[in-house]
Amino acid sequence: MGFLEWAIDPWGLRVPIHIAWFLIWVSVIAGLAFFMVHATYVRYFAKPRQFVPENPQVVPSEIPARVPRHSRVARMFHWIMAASMLTLLFTAFLPRVGVQFNWVTYHWIAGTVLTVSILFHIFHASFWLDFWSIWPDRIDITDAYHRVLRFLGRPAPLPRKFAKYPLENKLYHGAIMVAGLAAIATGVFMMFRVRTILFPRNPYLFSDMTWGMTYVLHGLAGVGLIALIMVHVYFGIRPEKQPITKSMIFGWMSREFYLEEHDPKRWVISPSDAAPGFEGSKRTK
Amino acid sequence: MAVIRDVMPAFELLQPNSIAEAQSLLEQNGSDGWVLAGGLDSFDWLKDRIKRPKTVIDLSGVEELRGIRTTGDGIEIGAMTTLTEVAQHPVIREKYALLAQSAELVASPQIRNQGTIGGNVSQDARCWYYRAGWPCYRAGGNICYADTPEGRNREHAILHADRCVAVNPSDTAPALIALDAKFVINTHKGEHVVDAEDYFIGPDIDITRLHILQPGDLMKAIRIPSMWGGARFYFEKVRDRNVWDFPLLNVASAMTLSGGRIQQIRIAVNAAAARPLRLKDVESAVRGMPPNADTGEIAGKLAVQGAVPLQFNAYKIPLMRNLVKRAIGGVEQATWVS
Repeated sequence: MGFLEWAIDPWGLRVPIHIAWFLIWVSVIAGLAFFMVHATYVRYFAKPRQFVPENPQVVPSEIPARVPRHSRVARMFHWIMAASMLTLLFTAFLPRVGVQFNWVTYHWIAGTVLTVSILFHIFHASFWLDFWSIWPDRIDITDAYHRVLRFLGRPAPLPRKFAKYPLENKLYHGAIMVAGLAAIATGVFMMFRVRTILFPRNPYLFSDMTWGMTYVLHGLAGVGLIALIMVHVYFGIRPEKQPITKSMIFGWMSREFYLEEHDPKRWVISPSDAAPGFEGSKRTK
Repeated sequence: MAVIRDVMPAFELLQPNSIAEAQSLLEQNGSDGWVLAGGLDSFDWLKDRIKRPKTVIDLSGVEELRGIRTTGDGIEIGAMTTLTEVAQHPVIREKYALLAQSAELVASPQIRNQGTIGGNVSQDARCWYYRAGWPCYRAGGNICYADTPEGRNREHAILHADRCVAVNPSDTAPALIALDAKFVINTHKGEHVVDAEDYFIGPDIDITRLHILQPGDLMKAIRIPSMWGGARFYFEKVRDRNVWDFPLLNVASAMTLSGGRIQQIRIAVNAAAARPLRLKDVESAVRGMPPNADTGEIAGKLAVQGAVPLQFNAYKIPLMRNLVKRAIGGVEQATWVS
C-alpha cells in the first residue's frame, strides 16, 4: 500500500497521479487522536498554568473593559477564509468517501475565493496590522523551552505571559500557512486543466511528471488541512479557549482574560483602544 | 504499453444459477468482482488486460434474468435478455417499436445475438484513450487525453463535459428514457427501482462510471410502462459504418397527439454527453404545438443550446439539431440544415 498512486503515461514513464485516498482517513484519525490525547491530558494530568508574577507598573484600570483583538476587516477575512476552506475540504473529500455530487465547480469557485482572501490578508497584514505579532520571537522560544523543562519536572524559570498570540497560535498559523499556500499554488495551476471562466484550458502547461507532482502536493496539502482544521475547530470550542473564539466573532476579549493570559508589555493596549469603535485606530490584527 | 490480445489473465470464474446466488457472490466479491453479461464489453477489457478482476461472475446461467414478460402495467424485460430477443419480440414490436428499432440498430446480428439489454445500457465508454489503458480521468488519473489540442475527439461529447469528454455509446438507453422505463436494481439494501434517466451519471457526479451501479449491485430487469405503448415513435442513429458501429449520435422520441398537436412527448439523445440526455426543455417547448417542420426547427435549436464543440466534433451540433428536428417533424417534413 503506497502513499501515492502511480500510472504509466503514454510515453512509458511511470508518473505519480495523486495521493492514495486512504490518507484522508489517516488525517481524520490523526485529528481525532489529537483530540482524545489532548482532552485527556487537560482533564486528568495538566497542572494549573503559571506565569511570572504580574508587572506592577501596569494599572488594570488603564486597560479598557473590552480589549480589542481583531478588527472587523480581520474578522471578515477569517470567516470568509473559514467558509471557503470548509467548502474546499468538503467538496474535495466527500466524493472520495462516497458522497457524489457535482463538486468541481464549487471547488474551484471556493478556491478562487480563498486565494483572493489570502492575497488580501497578506496585503492587509503587511501594511495595516502588526505583521510580526503572529511570528514566534525570542521570548516565545525561551519560554517554550522553559515550559518543556517544567513539563519534564526539571527546574526552570516560570514563563512570561503571552504577547498578542501564544506560541501555539503562532505555530498553528505557520502550519496552516504552509499547507494553505501549497494547496493554493498547486490549485491555481490545476485550474488550467478544467474549464473555468478564469483561464483558458492548457493541459500541456507542464510535463506529466510535473503535473503528477502538482496533484500529489495538492492532495498532501489537502489531507494535511483536514487534521489542521479539525484541531482548530477543537480548540475553538474548548471552554478555556472560548474568550479567544468569541473575540473572533465580536472583536474583543475581556480585560480579565487579557490580564490573565497576556503580558501588557508584550501586547500594549491603551485606554483609547476600547472596543467597540477601535477599528482602524490601532494596529491590531 | 505491452498489450497481449486474445489471452485473458487468470481469474476465478463464478457461475451462479439464481439471482439470489448471483447477488450473494457480487456482495462477497465487491470491487474485486466483475459482472459478465453478454461479454461484448467485458472481453475487450479482459483481453487487453486493462481490467484485471480477481473474480468474474458470469450471469449467463441465471434464467430468472432472461425473458420478456407482460405485466399489469406494460412489460418487464430481464436484464440478460439478448438484443435480438428484444428486437424481435412481438409485443415490443407492436407496442414499443421504439425499443425494437433501437435494439435492431445495435452493432451487428452476431453481437445482438450475444449482447444483452442490461449490458447495452451498462457498457463502458468507448473513448480509445480510455480503452487503451491510458491513465485518464475516467481511469483514475488526472488528464483527459481526448480534450487536448491534438486529441482525437471526433466522437466525443459536445454537452455536459466535465474534465472527461467521453460519451455514452448505448443505442437502447435513449429509447428506454423516451419510453419512461424503470430499471430494477438489487443492492445489499434491497430492490430499488430507478427511472431510466436517473440510472446514468455524468463525469460531474462520478468521473469513473457511466451509471449508478456500485460494486455488489445487480441490474435485474427493465420495466416499460404501458403509458407510451403505441405512441408515435422516432428513432434515428447516425454512425460511420451503417452495418456495425457505435453511434456518432442517436435520437429517440415518443409522443402522443391530440387534435394534430403534441399532447405528451419524451425525447432523448445519446452520444452527445457522458449520459443519455433527456431534452426536457424541448419537451416543454413543443408540447401543444403541431409536429411539423417549424416545431422541429425550434426544437432542434433549443436542443443544442450550451453545446461546446471540441477540436474535431463541431459537426455534432448541426447533426444533433437536425436529428431532433426530424424526431419532432418527421423525416418527410425536415430539411437538413448544416
